[in-house]
Amino acid sequence: MTTDTDQVTGTWQVKTGLAQMLKGGVIMDVVTPEQAVVAENAGAVAVMALERVPSDIRKAGGVARMSDPQMIAEIIESVSIPVMAKARIGHFAEAQILEALGVDYIDESEVLTPADENNHINKHDYKVPFVCGSRDLGEALRRIGEGAAMIRTKGEAGSGNIVEAVRHARKVLGQIKQIHGMESDELMAKARDLKAPFALVKKIHETGSLPVVNFAAGGISTPADAALMMQIGVDGVFVGSGIFKSESPEIMADAIVKATTHYKDPAILAEISKGLGSAMKGLDIRTMPESEQLSKRGW
Amino acid sequence: MPVIGVLSLQGDFAEHVLMLDTLEVNSTEIRSQDSLQNIDGLIIPGGESTAIMRLLELYDLKNTIISLAKTGMPIWGTCAGMIILSKNILHSESQNKIHKYDPLNLIDIDITRNAFGRQIDSFEFDLDVEGLTDPYHSIFIRAPQVSRIGKNVEVLSSINDSTPVILKQDNILVSSFHPELTHDNRIHELFIKMF
Repeated sequence: MTTDTDQVTGTWQVKTGLAQMLKGGVIMDVVTPEQAVVAENAGAVAVMALERVPSDIRKAGGVARMSDPQMIAEIIESVSIPVMAKARIGHFAEAQILEALGVDYIDESEVLTPADENNHINKHDYKVPFVCGSRDLGEALRRIGEGAAMIRTKGEAGSGNIVEAVRHARKVLGQIKQIHGMESDELMAKARDLKAPFALVKKIHETGSLPVVNFAAGGISTPADAALMMQIGVDGVFVGSGIFKSESPEIMADAIVKATTHYKDPAILAEISKGLGSAMKGLDIRTMPESEQLSKRGW
Repeated sequence: MPVIGVLSLQGDFAEHVLMLDTLEVNSTEIRSQDSLQNIDGLIIPGGESTAIMRLLELYDLKNTIISLAKTGMPIWGTCAGMIILSKNILHSESQNKIHKYDPLNLIDIDITRNAFGRQIDSFEFDLDVEGLTDPYHSIFIRAPQVSRIGKNVEVLSSINDSTPVILKQDNILVSSFHPELTHDNRIHELFIKMF
């Protein structure tokens, strides 16, 4: 490794740049080094190392925390692609530990039990980049304001139901379009309504896009789900419980990877959707008590 | 004006297309065999090299790209693209369960992946580049390093004269960093001059 002092690390461009490398790809939740190898061999662009996938976190109940560093370190050892790991919302000490372990991205995640109901982590303080969930543009811009270098929809993790991810992606993308088309003198009022940093609202007005990469997450369970989200306009997908809770994880992983590349080609999508075995069993969000809805965590 | 294909299986292909737009160079996204037929040059973008190589084989694009390179078509690989165009990829022992894909062997160099370290070691650097008067502010992300250089390969830029980061052999150009992530199109311009 070179140690030249003119090499500047931990910059915004380097943090957002890794997310740009992940575009058009699938990031898979894994709970063991063996699953991580299955994910890499199936074409995952990164893995999310965690002790339990979201659907099992739901079942287990109790407090969900950062995973065992030993297990995260073993997953880092086992693959060559980037490894992400989750810290609780506002739990900056967990984030410090994950950074020291050498994870490539930290997900400050509503899937774990929040540690701070007021404040998210000040993500500017770290060299490691962060990804955060959002339900609308205001939430996305607040997280970016705190230093998130990548955004994902919250969706409803572990539900196997795409409806919330669709709602969140459409909301964010619709609000971006709206701001892009506004008059400049309307932007401050919009920033107030969204509770979003004005400078970022202004930037969206100028560029018509989010300043960071935006992935779909929370409920993606089939190749068609991945293609749907990509066509709606996200840059890539996270698949949590959808792969290793399906009947044939290798086959499902391979098919979702192909669908994320060929999302615009229905003939290829039809071919890869054949004979996948059953997808994970899903939950109806409408009958889910609000206290069990993970997307309601964080603000 | 040449039409440049940008391999669009995975990675930051859209950023390359935008960069070519600033030079008013026509480009087209490549996802299938058919789309490789009507291009004059090819860019293999940044991304995850294992994911891209797997899709190159699955969709049978590999041999077509190799044949096009043999006809003299200019091809440029950035970061993952550099890994894919190399002769050999060196792996660490702990990664012996991962399926290994053979790179395209179009430039006589060997590559060590992630040789600068993990993401926290990713960096920016002002590079001197042969053919450019001012330094080029470059972005290295989990970048590969060249561990062996064949005798017919030219080095166009190195970090502190010791770590080569832009190399060229005939019609093949590789860079271990990401000119597509900047607002500086001079490396893209160097590639276009190869036509």
